[in-house]
Amino acid sequence: MNPVFQGLITIAIGVGGIFLYFIASNAFLDKVLFPAKGPNASRNINRANTIRPWLFMAPTIIALSLYLVYPVIGSFWRSLFNRSGNEFIGFSNYMTMFASSEFRTAFGNNVLWALVVPSVSTFLGLLVAQLTDKLRWGNIAKSLIFMPMAISFVGASLIWKFVYAIDPDLGVINALRVNLFGAAPLDVLQVAFWNNIFLMVILIWVQTGFAMVILSAALRGIPEETIEAAIIDGANPFQVFFRIQVPQVTNTIIVVFTTTTILVLKVFDIVYAMTGGNFNTQILPSYMMQFMFRDDGRATAVAIVIMLIVTPVMIQNIRQARNEMR
Amino acid sequence: MDNIAGRKPALIIVTHITVAFIVLLWLIPTVGLFVSSFRDRDAISASGWWLAPFSTEQTFRGRGDTGTITQDGDLFILTGNAFNDPEIAPSFPNREGTIAGFGNSGRSPGEYPPGELADLGDGESLIMDRNGDYVFTLPEDPGDRGPRFYVNAVTPPAFTLDNYRTVLTAGGMGQAFVNTLTVTVPTTIIPILMAAFAAYALAWMDFRGRAFLIAAVIGLLVVPLQLALVPMLQLHFNLGIGQSFLGIWLAHSAFGQPLAVYLLRNYMIGLPRDIIESARVDGGTDFQIFMKIILPLSFPALAAFAIFQFLWTWNDLLIAKVFLPSSEEAKVMTVKIADDLLGSRGGDWGILAAAAFVSISVPLLVFFTLQRYLVRGLLAGSVK
Repeated sequence: MNPVFQGLITIAIGVGGIFLYFIASNAFLDKVLFPAKGPNASRNINRANTIRPWLFMAPTIIALSLYLVYPVIGSFWRSLFNRSGNEFIGFSNYMTMFASSEFRTAFGNNVLWALVVPSVSTFLGLLVAQLTDKLRWGNIAKSLIFMPMAISFVGASLIWKFVYAIDPDLGVINALRVNLFGAAPLDVLQVAFWNNIFLMVILIWVQTGFAMVILSAALRGIPEETIEAAIIDGANPFQVFFRIQVPQVTNTIIVVFTTTTILVLKVFDIVYAMTGGNFNTQILPSYMMQFMFRDDGRATAVAIVIMLIVTPVMIQNIRQARNEMR
Repeated sequence: MDNIAGRKPALIIVTHITVAFIVLLWLIPTVGLFVSSFRDRDAISASGWWLAPFSTEQTFRGRGDTGTITQDGDLFILTGNAFNDPEIAPSFPNREGTIAGFGNSGRSPGEYPPGELADLGDGESLIMDRNGDYVFTLPEDPGDRGPRFYVNAVTPPAFTLDNYRTVLTAGGMGQAFVNTLTVTVPTTIIPILMAAFAAYALAWMDFRGRAFLIAAVIGLLVVPLQLALVPMLQLHFNLGIGQSFLGIWLAHSAFGQPLAVYLLRNYMIGLPRDIIESARVDGGTDFQIFMKIILPLSFPALAAFAIFQFLWTWNDLLIAKVFLPSSEEAKVMTVKIADDLLGSRGGDWGILAAAAFVSISVPLLVFFTLQRYLVRGLLAGSVK
């Protein structure tokens, strides 16, 4: 069957099915299981109301436990088995992994990514948010810097492949090198260590807009009196920015920073499309994809390592949300 | 607010320049891709895209026209116009152009300026005018194959839609475009509905375990999808779904849940309590309240999530690589570009650029028309 046709049917079945499920299950609850009449009417209403929330949440709970909770356990369990999955080998996959130099490269690079990308994009985002706030064409500028957010990482990689191209008639970087400095063209993606930075630039290019939008809203939320008071006291613009505005958006800066850090640990597309992990540019997500379909045991071991790195952030997020709810 | 920098002319100028510089820096890569997608292979290899609006000098080669051969004593003379040469003419539809230099070796194609008599050795000579008229003088009969010549000709800026035509018809991108749509549309619509009901329950219904579930959703926001790949693909195979569109619909719908529930709950909890309570007092059931009050009022949040989910599924490479079959008919655009084009067509930059632009055109359109909702959604759900 043609997938397009299949897709239309899926939409119909999905949307119709969800509505049907809610209508039917609510009706069953109210009419058959606990009817709101007869001798136990009030008790039945209460009982129906304790069950109803779970009816509302059932599809989501099933989806979440199947696709996000079970895999944490499933992946860990799978990582204890060998390549074909028929022999229990304990932590042997982890041992092999920790011993391999490629894993250490990937881990080291990932640490570098997790430090550089969030810091630079948060800093640039804050800078742009503050600068554009005062301009009449600020919204257009923001919109253009925000635009890469809509582009896929694959698309962004391709865009930057043009920028980094060796041919000085194609790549802007090599055009500048050759025409301004008279140097020989160079494949920047093969320059040891710096190629990592060049790949990070792509993610920074994408993520700065995100940081800018969030921080811009936070900066606007600052009570104006604090700024006015500082100005009256004779603070210069830099003092106003660094001593008055930035301290008041620290929490937002932390949120932007951690959100970007989490993203960095998940994005494999850029490395995959630009270098395929060659020239010592491997990071954990792309390292995992190397084993995907080949050695599921080792692939899941890498995934568990990523999960372990993310866990502290997860706990922190939950803790913060609980505090806010109280 | 009239900020302090607004009153210092020097600072405001610096601000203008800095922002303009950053915006330019941010735009250059995309503009480069956009311009390149409208240039053919020769134009791309001849000059940088930043020179595309200007005329450029390109090297062409042709052969002396043996149809015009005349004999003058011992010498054979070929005359003609370089722009009528069958190898050169396709680039100059009007058969007119300007010669910047000519020669007979590929190594220095523009060795002689137009109008100068070039002594090519062995009694051969060639003279070519600025308008392309040439006279070849040869000591021997060249036979059917005229002697080679090279010219540097000034080519006017040329833009073409050929790359797009090639990409959409021959490259398989057309199919990939349809596939991407097939993945994206159901996985944008279905998870919203599921999540809206759950979000309502978490926002406005009282039950034990609510706080725990909210915490769980927030925790699941950051779980790396990498974990789900191996076990879920295995499960899909065990259930007989395998790698298929059904599989990716299920996967994307589930992976979108945490953000959807989180965004929608945050929004719904902010709706006025009075409306919901008075509806309850009037005897409205939860289902009615949800359908008639909550859902219409939550439109901005629903729109925000729909845009997120659309962009995310459209742009996704990881899930598509794992949950869709790797056969040609099932490839989505991101997979097509990352695996096929970047590998095999590495040299054909025009095609690459056009393919990339086809794939990013829809998200860009969505982005620029619905940016308002996207920003609102980002502000509400900046945990993911």
